[in-house]
Amino acid sequence: MNPYTNHTSVAALMDRSNVDTDQIIPKQFLKKVERSGFGVHLFHDWRFNADGSDNAEFELNKDVFKNAKILVTGDNFGCGSSREHAPWAIEDYGFNTIISTSYADIFYNNCFKNGILPIVVSRKELDNLMQEIHSNEGTSFSIDLPEQTITTGSGNIIKFDIDEFRKQNLLLGLDDIGMTLQNVDKIDEYEARQQQTHPWLWK
Amino acid sequence: MKITMYEKIWNDHLVHQPEGQAPMLYIDRHLLHEVTSPQAFEGLRNAKRPVRRTAANLATLDHCVPTINRDQPIKDPVARKQVETMMKNCADNSIRLYDMDSPNNGIIHIVVPEHGFIHPGMTVVCGDSHTATHGAFGALAFGIGTSEVEHVLSSQTLRQKKSKTMRVNVVGTLSEYCTAKDIALSIIGHIGTAGGTGFVIEYAGDAISKLSMEGRMTLCNLAIESGARAGLVAPDEKTFEFLQGREFAPQGEDWDQAVAYWKSIVSDEGAEYDTEITVQADDIAPQVTWGTSPEQVIGVDRKVPDPQQFDDDEKQKACAGALDYMGLQANTSITDISIDYVFVGSCTNGRIEDLRAAAKVAEGTSVADGVTAIVVPGSYWVKKQAEEEGLNEIFLASGWQWREPGCSMCLAMNGDELKPGQRCASTSNRNFEGRQGKGGRTHLVSPAMAAAAAAAGKFVDVRKL
Ligand code: SF4
Repeated sequence: MNPYTNHTSVAALMDRSNVDTDQIIPKQFLKKVERSGFGVHLFHDWRFNADGSDNAEFELNKDVFKNAKILVTGDNFGCGSSREHAPWAIEDYGFNTIISTSYADIFYNNCFKNGILPIVVSRKELDNLMQEIHSNEGTSFSIDLPEQTITTGSGNIIKFDIDEFRKQNLLLGLDDIGMTLQNVDKIDEYEARQQQTHPWLWK
Repeated sequence: MKITMYEKIWNDHLVHQPEGQAPMLYIDRHLLHEVTSPQAFEGLRNAKRPVRRTAANLATLDHCVPTINRDQPIKDPVARKQVETMMKNCADNSIRLYDMDSPNNGIIHIVVPEHGFIHPGMTVVCGDSHTATHGAFGALAFGIGTSEVEHVLSSQTLRQKKSKTMRVNVVGTLSEYCTAKDIALSIIGHIGTAGGTGFVIEYAGDAISKLSMEGRMTLCNLAIESGARAGLVAPDEKTFEFLQGREFAPQGEDWDQAVAYWKSIVSDEGAEYDTEITVQADDIAPQVTWGTSPEQVIGVDRKVPDPQQFDDDEKQKACAGALDYMGLQANTSITDISIDYVFVGSCTNGRIEDLRAAAKVAEGTSVADGVTAIVVPGSYWVKKQAEEEGLNEIFLASGWQWREPGCSMCLAMNGDELKPGQRCASTSNRNFEGRQGKGGRTHLVSPAMAAAAAAAGKFVDVRKL
């Protein structure tokens, strides 16, 4: 996982709420056994016409949003299935930051395992951010993770909250498993204890 | 201090809390299927890490397996590769797999309880959101992503943040022909698909105690559709009776010790929850979803809402969008909506009790002209039991198709799917756009409601049959 670094990038607007993981990456693309290459299928059913051409109506197909790294979107983003293919597709497409009022639990967790920063802002802040993109499509936002701020093109600064542990992992690009296995003695102890207290779990 | 069942299970599984980091929780059982695990095994291989505790894992093949012509190789080469990869990963790591030739094969969340693999008080995870199903046994069971699958395989632990607790009391008596599915959908309609976000829900009240184990599994299965991390039902005599004698249930003198422990994990009388709601079971009508989110649901005796009925802008927009996708007019009576397809199956409603309920309604009827109706048992065990009871004969005589087990049209990955514009009465769990096939329109209902719709060609109120 690459460390998350501060950046200034175009913010793409997708003003929809309850975007579920079936929309983010439809199931016909879940059969691959690799982790990469899902970006071309991101939002497939919205993004492409039946003949495979780009759907001009779909917001992310607008030229101004083409190189966006920041996705600004509505409430409860990423609800539905636990498929990690959703953040894989988002990351592979080129987004590393999402801004919304809320996310589904599993999706939120999955983002951090894939170097994606899911920022939570208030309803009012989101409305303002959306408004700013509406009136100036192609505008850029700057994300400063250590300082926990979004700075918009017009100079507005929004402070956001994030769990300190997750923040550090993102900044260092750290592998969770490696960190956990540093505590392997604690796991050994736990298992030895459980074999005494709950022997039936071990037969 | 008086504490809840969730807190007891949590405390009993806390391995370690490293300074400044998320707590490490021990995971007793890990379930696997072919879609969300290959990248986790690849990760292990790349990092040269072994599977820590092979016996804690149980795997099946369900998502992309065909429900017809099972003796022939899978046609779709990508799906075939996924299945083969799973078989190889399990063989290489000595993980027990119920493959397509196993008499135990079926949908993971149906198969696992059949073998008594999950007990009260356990922690259970799977790379699948409907893992919540196993909360029916009083186990803390939840879905995880593929990176976490790898984390569990290698360490038998997970980094977790503690959830908040919500108790949903369902009191009173459910009317005949209303089921756990209707309770679950009406709760989701009430609190919304994000209403449970950040919470573990404990379902309590006399209407819940009266549910069978199958009903409790249906209820907890749908906890995730309200956004909750997990659902829980306190274990009781029904739970113990269900488990006794099953392959992985405690045996001999372990049994008594286990039961004593199971009884000790229920919430203390007077324990406090962060939130509590009460639902009257008597008020619940058979539920039908009209939109593209499980919260867009109403009783069968009602009309499709008008976007103007919602106060909230977002809800108005969502309603208008859903009506457009679903091809429905506001204010249409639910019982005036015709259907093209009926699907009885999935980990929500693919158990023997569900098939019995559907067969009871289907008996003596015939599937309406132009309607296709399929039954996909949740597992080979369910299929065998149903055949012993003659349920397959009832379905076949009424013009239904009787299939082999699998996820099938719940997520339409295996080739069973709707065509654009087709409308389906489905016993599954998600009515998202395109879930059952691009352009397909899904209405979630109980098995009895699905069978009634198959015969009438439109939704009918089963209570009036
Ligand atoms: S039946 Fe549906 S919800 Fe259940 S495991 Fe299969 S795809 Fe997932």
